[in-house]
Amino acid sequence: MNTHQPAPVRRPLGAQLRESLPVALRKLDPRELLASPVMLVVEIGAVATTVMSVLDPSTMSVGVTVWLWLTVLFGTLAEAVAEGRGKAQAASLRALQQETTARRVRGSADQLGYTGNLTELPTDRVPSTSLRTGDVVVVEAGERIPGDGDVIEGVASVDESAVTGESAPVIRESGGDRSAVTGGTVVLSDRIVVRITSDPGQSFVDRMIALVEGSERRRTPNEIALNVLLTSLTAIFVVVVASLHFVADHSGAHQSAIVLTALLVCLIPTTIGALLSAIGIAGMDRLVRRNVLAMSGRAVEAAGDVDVLLLDKTGTITYGNRQATELLPLEGVSHDELAEAALLSSLADETPEGRSIVTLVGERRAVPDGAVLVAFSASTRMSGVDLPGRIVRKGAASAVAHWAHSTGVPASATSGGELTVLVDGVSASGGTPLVVAEQDGGRPARILGVVHLKDVVKEGMRERFDELRAMGIRTVMITGDNAITARAIAEEAGVDDFLAEATPEDKMALIRKEQEGGRMVAMCGDGTNDAPALAQADVGVAMNTGTTAAKEAGNMVDLDSDPTKLIEVVQIGKQLLITRGALTTFSVANDVAKYFAILPAMFVVAFPDLDVLNVMRLSSPESAILSAVVFNALVIVALIPLSLRGVRYTPSSAADLLRRNLLLYGVGGLIAPFLGIKLLDLVVSLIPGV
Amino acid sequence: MSAVGPALAQVLLLALALAAAVPLLGRHLAHVYTSPRHLAVERASYRLLRVDPDADQHWRAYAMSVLGFSLAGVLALYGFGRLQAHLPLSLGFAGLPADGAWNTAVSFVTNTNWQWYAGEATVGHLFQMSGLTVQNFVSAGVGMAVAAAFARGLARSHRDGRVGNFWADLVRTVVRVLLPISLVAAVVLVLSGAVQNLLEPMTVHTLTGGVQQITGGPVASQEAIKELGTNGGGFYNVNSAHPFENPTPFTNLLEIFLLLLIPFAMAWAFGLIVGDRRQGGAVLSVMGVLWGGSVALLTWAEMAGPGTAPGLAGGAMEGKEVRFGEAASALFASSTTGTSTGAVNSMHDSLTAPGGGVAMFNMMLGEVAPGGVGSGLYGMLMLAVLTVFLAGLMVGRTPEYLGKKIGQHEIVLVALYVLATPVLVLTGVAVAVTAHAGLAGLQESGPHGLSEALYAVTSAANNNGSAFAGLSSGTPFWNTLLGLLMLIGRFVPIVLVLALAGRFAAQRQLPPGAGTLPTHRPLFVVLLTGVAVVVVGLTYVPVLVLGPIAESLS
Repeated sequence: MNTHQPAPVRRPLGAQLRESLPVALRKLDPRELLASPVMLVVEIGAVATTVMSVLDPSTMSVGVTVWLWLTVLFGTLAEAVAEGRGKAQAASLRALQQETTARRVRGSADQLGYTGNLTELPTDRVPSTSLRTGDVVVVEAGERIPGDGDVIEGVASVDESAVTGESAPVIRESGGDRSAVTGGTVVLSDRIVVRITSDPGQSFVDRMIALVEGSERRRTPNEIALNVLLTSLTAIFVVVVASLHFVADHSGAHQSAIVLTALLVCLIPTTIGALLSAIGIAGMDRLVRRNVLAMSGRAVEAAGDVDVLLLDKTGTITYGNRQATELLPLEGVSHDELAEAALLSSLADETPEGRSIVTLVGERRAVPDGAVLVAFSASTRMSGVDLPGRIVRKGAASAVAHWAHSTGVPASATSGGELTVLVDGVSASGGTPLVVAEQDGGRPARILGVVHLKDVVKEGMRERFDELRAMGIRTVMITGDNAITARAIAEEAGVDDFLAEATPEDKMALIRKEQEGGRMVAMCGDGTNDAPALAQADVGVAMNTGTTAAKEAGNMVDLDSDPTKLIEVVQIGKQLLITRGALTTFSVANDVAKYFAILPAMFVVAFPDLDVLNVMRLSSPESAILSAVVFNALVIVALIPLSLRGVRYTPSSAADLLRRNLLLYGVGGLIAPFLGIKLLDLVVSLIPGV
Repeated sequence: MSAVGPALAQVLLLALALAAAVPLLGRHLAHVYTSPRHLAVERASYRLLRVDPDADQHWRAYAMSVLGFSLAGVLALYGFGRLQAHLPLSLGFAGLPADGAWNTAVSFVTNTNWQWYAGEATVGHLFQMSGLTVQNFVSAGVGMAVAAAFARGLARSHRDGRVGNFWADLVRTVVRVLLPISLVAAVVLVLSGAVQNLLEPMTVHTLTGGVQQITGGPVASQEAIKELGTNGGGFYNVNSAHPFENPTPFTNLLEIFLLLLIPFAMAWAFGLIVGDRRQGGAVLSVMGVLWGGSVALLTWAEMAGPGTAPGLAGGAMEGKEVRFGEAASALFASSTTGTSTGAVNSMHDSLTAPGGGVAMFNMMLGEVAPGGVGSGLYGMLMLAVLTVFLAGLMVGRTPEYLGKKIGQHEIVLVALYVLATPVLVLTGVAVAVTAHAGLAGLQESGPHGLSEALYAVTSAANNNGSAFAGLSSGTPFWNTLLGLLMLIGRFVPIVLVLALAGRFAAQRQLPPGAGTLPTHRPLFVVLLTGVAVVVVGLTYVPVLVLGPIAESLS
């Protein structure tokens, strides 16, 4: 996995808070707060207490006023800090957008589509900003690619580090699944012809900038739902406090508007109300830091709900190349004998399989003098080496048997018996058997044994799938292999299910079937033929190396092109929801302690017996109310880091997660304010006049 | 007086009887609300009503049927009350005043049964029988029908907002559930000594030489449905404390059994309708825990509770029947306020301060412990949806309850539901203690006076109907205010519940997975109980502090 990231060095939170302060102050504009009714109510309260403390100043009224303003400010500060984190990244991306000169091929795009040798056509030098979808440009080594597009001719190595953070250059070529290029990246070698696929302002980098800056942020369905709930809780408490005014008057315990406002602000869910948007922005930011670009927050939330994950076998679950893992000599042949022959036959074999045999035998030696190398050919389906007086061959069982017969080996020696058992055994385990034989002089060939080639499962995959299962997500492996091979690899990797001999249509059908059963499906892909499936899936992660079609069909792009990244995406999606839920629970649970602080303070004069409820033994009614207000504000600041980082998430069952979070944020939320308010009271009571 | 043994024994006996009857009735109820077959008598009613019982109604049509039917009930009952003097069996009573008729009409149609009047001294036999008792049946039927529609909404998928047929639900509830059980219960009550006749009041000469009028009437028949349908409107002013309504400790226990029976059984039926008995079990457990807790607290308050007078007397016997004692009165009080019944066998105004507080808290829970017939179930399910939303976020998934996603639109409906009753209660109490006409009805001043007003508006808005007798509520002010609270408190939540049922019915049912929050486990039961208590606590604690809590501590 790529560890190099373009993320700027993280500065201490204190510095971030300072830098975000001007933005936070601007956000105090009530129009900005309309989206967060909870904070709007706090601000209205702050305005009201400001007026009252100007008319009738007292330590209490000024204290409450100051802390109410701070409460609103802390909320906007949290949002400003969360947004600020993306700013540096956006700046580095903007650098990519500097205008360059492009060499545009003359002629219309349609016409150019049918023309060969595009590099030969005349070109005009135009500014990159004037390029439109369908234009065709030529880019040579050392030049910056002027816009997003597909390579339609040529092959080149491209430095994409500015976008992906990956310093190693990547190959981009026409046709196939490696044709997409991103504007702003640099061609290192060769020359390519690119058809532009985006208009100015719509490019990939543009979208990325909008994303990291949070400017295009639309609130997600879940965030809206939570906001509805918070608003209705706020409405209830407004009614509670308003009715309390009349009821208290009736009970001969008149309450000042300052005290009622303080009570209201303490009761409404300010903690979550202040941090809600910061949580959302920070969640997207976490995703960007992992080099994943989500086209919408909705997709990130959907990722948390995923039930089924479709993963391609090759390159995702396995390394993608078959590798020699075992030597199986026939009876009467020593292991060393087979190893030596296998090694000889592979010394010149530059295929991954051949190299893996050399690695398995474990000694690299020079090719003996006089050796004539026989490369693999589709007609013989064998490769090997001709030494003076000795011929060594390796290949598919039937091909080697055919060759052996030609040297005079009877058919009975190759069919049935021990060799067949070995070959079938390897096949049945999902591997590929490679038979090794040699011929000394003109004698009939001698079959030595079998090399077991298999698709090697990447390390740590089983653990990842176990994690996913713990999260309640089923993994399905998609492969073009036959069912036997697929089953063997599926078992080894620990996936829950597999789809063998899969065509793109099969993939699509599988996604539809799962969705009809009410399950949310995530998949990743890169090829053009993956595009329909990526579009159909609830969460489609396109690889950045993939085609433009795939990138447009998916709702996320992984810049590292790491298919296992899906797992992290799912975790971030879940973490986002958990953080919201945990802070809401914490916020509501806090109210219990605040009641114990404020209610006795309000009514102890009229009903001295209510002092029993002052379980925290707070020093005076004024100090109690002020301490509750201060606690209410400070808890927002204390939770900013948590809202930016997200609560800890360990993959486990829903019941375990609930138990843990309920204990931590529910019970914790009940207890914490008792301690906090008591401590603050010890300080606040020192202020004269309180 | 305060013997813990008998107190425990009666609770145990009640629990055993419920444990035996609830699953049986629950199964019957589930069948009633899902069976495609109609009985002959039901078919006749549908023909009479000119409705098609097999039409699957959209939630809007269902809600319009509920509202239309209830409006007709209010108008009929209002006219009936106003014209009483001209009708037979009026016992010579005059027609009800306009505000009184309005209050009573709304009260009985909303299943509240708040009574501003003394039954035996205001209304005649015909009004009791064919006015009030009829509404006792059908208002209970409306509540149960809405709950059944909600359960169906959760159980269905891809049904375009269709939640069943109101007329079929209503008629079946009355014919197959309420009438048969009431009949049996009425006979048992008569056998145990309850009164049942249509006679004029008897005049008797007492030993001291005085003359007394003793009113009989169709008491037992009204008593049975009064408890069974969690209505609570007594034939007599003192309700189930009257020996003609509730003659013996046995009938006392029977009446408590009746009022708890259907609310608990609806929870069981819910599990069967949604195809997972454990879900019903979880809902039932929460109801049971809340009810059990309130019984324990109220019993403690009455048997050992604070106060100088109870301390001297060895128990809080003021306002209680000597025939029943504190424990049976406490059990009745917590059950009648935990369900939306509102019948009383003791005067709640004379409960100890903490006891009165518990009774109020029971009602403030929104009548879910175990609640009114039907309304208890849908109220608890609304709380469950709210709980699932909070808890669902904490497990990192878009929250879903029984495979139905709780998104923006769903949570709006739940939020409004949760908002509705507290707004009514708190606004109501603020108006009552501010207006002179409101204050005039209060018997006491100080915290207890506030408790009287708070109790009345809580009881009305939550459709309970029990009263702190200290309040003189038969004034135009109180009749109008409480009538409004009852009406809004009943039908706004019902419309919201039906709207949510419609949304759920339109959704598809998602299969549960390992990542889904389980809603049948003890953890969820604890959580739902906690959410109910905390949400209600946070809403009402300030007024409770000034009322019963201040009174308890002084």
